[in-house]
Amino acid sequence: MMDTTALILSLKLAFWTCLILCPVAIFFGRLLAWKQFAGKAWLEALIALPLVLPPTVLGFYLLLGMGASSPLGQFYFSLTGHHLVFSFDGLLVASVIFNLPFAIQPMQRAFEAIPTNIREAAWCCGLSRFESLWRIELPLAWPGAVSALALTFAHTLGEFGVVLMVGGSIEGETKTIAISIYDRVQAFDNTTAGTMSAFLLVFSLMTIGFVYRLTYRRRQQVRSMTGDK
Amino acid sequence: MRIQWLTLYCIALLLPMALQADQIPRIAAASSLQFALPKVLIEFKQQTGHSVRVTFGSSGNFRRQIIQGAPFELFLSANESYVNALVDLGLTVDSGIIYAQGRIALIAPNNSPLKMDKDLNGLRQALDKNEISRFAIANPDHAPYGRAAREALKKLGLWNDIQSFIVKGENASQATQFAISGSTQGGIVPYALAISPVIARSNQVVLIAQSSHQLIGQKMVLMSGAGNVARQLYDFIGQPQAQAILTQLGYQGTSMNQ
Repeated sequence: MMDTTALILSLKLAFWTCLILCPVAIFFGRLLAWKQFAGKAWLEALIALPLVLPPTVLGFYLLLGMGASSPLGQFYFSLTGHHLVFSFDGLLVASVIFNLPFAIQPMQRAFEAIPTNIREAAWCCGLSRFESLWRIELPLAWPGAVSALALTFAHTLGEFGVVLMVGGSIEGETKTIAISIYDRVQAFDNTTAGTMSAFLLVFSLMTIGFVYRLTYRRRQQVRSMTGDK
Repeated sequence: MRIQWLTLYCIALLLPMALQADQIPRIAAASSLQFALPKVLIEFKQQTGHSVRVTFGSSGNFRRQIIQGAPFELFLSANESYVNALVDLGLTVDSGIIYAQGRIALIAPNNSPLKMDKDLNGLRQALDKNEISRFAIANPDHAPYGRAAREALKKLGLWNDIQSFIVKGENASQATQFAISGSTQGGIVPYALAISPVIARSNQVVLIAQSSHQLIGQKMVLMSGAGNVARQLYDFIGQPQAQAILTQLGYQGTSMNQ
């Protein structure tokens, strides 16, 4: 009834994607929230690209970019003895790239919401940059961090087009839950497709609902803490 | 004033629809026909002066879309069962005919270590020497050509050993694309796709022995309400001239029986 191999694979992919994107999102989120620099608009545009590009464009470039004859593909092969394309690692690379906006944008909004005077107060207290990040900024920005991770997680479970193009539907390696559903639909196995679709629907709704509740509550707390009405 | 512009805008929006009403029939065709069918259609146009609009895609998807009311007048499937399903639902003019029989081929990029032969002995050797890391076929769960590929691999005693290296294309076209991408050592794909000039140029192709798998009987059928042009095309594809083109482009001819 349920392709558990595919489900576990999807969860694994989502977990690793979140783990890799967490520091990346914090770094770029802070950078884009507080720093002004040349080409900032272009960097933001670049990060937002996966939101607007069709998955086919991303899939096409990934297929070329990670293929056995590409520099990246060859480098990876010399390192590991495996090919990047049609493998879990290749899928992870794709997943990290297409989740960039989902991870970075909520982080950026969260850092932007922290009033400057609080950060200035942290500097005046003699906190180092790392201490300031760890003890002041992240505790204030954590709803953003949680939404970023939850969105990334849910979006990875839901990603279809790119995986269809670069995966090759290999059991336990690249056949994610979304691909498994597609395969079942194609094979006219509506029962299994229906079960898995319903599961994914409920799971995604719960995840996103949880994130929204969390951010509402936390936002109110932050407002009362900072006296910002 | 504003109302006038709005009217004009609406008319402009409707214009393409009015122009489209010119009876050019839409037909749905399996993606494995991507190279062969256009040749047949050129011939058809020369003889009758009519043209059609073709959509290529997965036969299974077409079956679904037609049930949901997709406006195709003629459906050229990559197998028999999808057409039969539509016949059973009473959506067709008659029970359809087999217009071509598909074969499968072993294909590999020119630089692949694979030795090419019709009984896949070279593939067996490459497997024994651990030279195969990825091998492409269409998804046997739903693609007719994938099913034939699996059948041949099973019959030739390779399936157990190769199974863990199989990369599955969503349809025959994607399997071909994977097979020649250089990221696999090769694959088993429709012969008609493999010998198309753009693919054959930089790849090695060999037809797989016919004894190793059943021919892929490809059926076409007219949908209820098909117009005159679609009916003419249906007849034309069954004629020797079109059959000769299909044979030349990699299909086994049919004797035009059911």
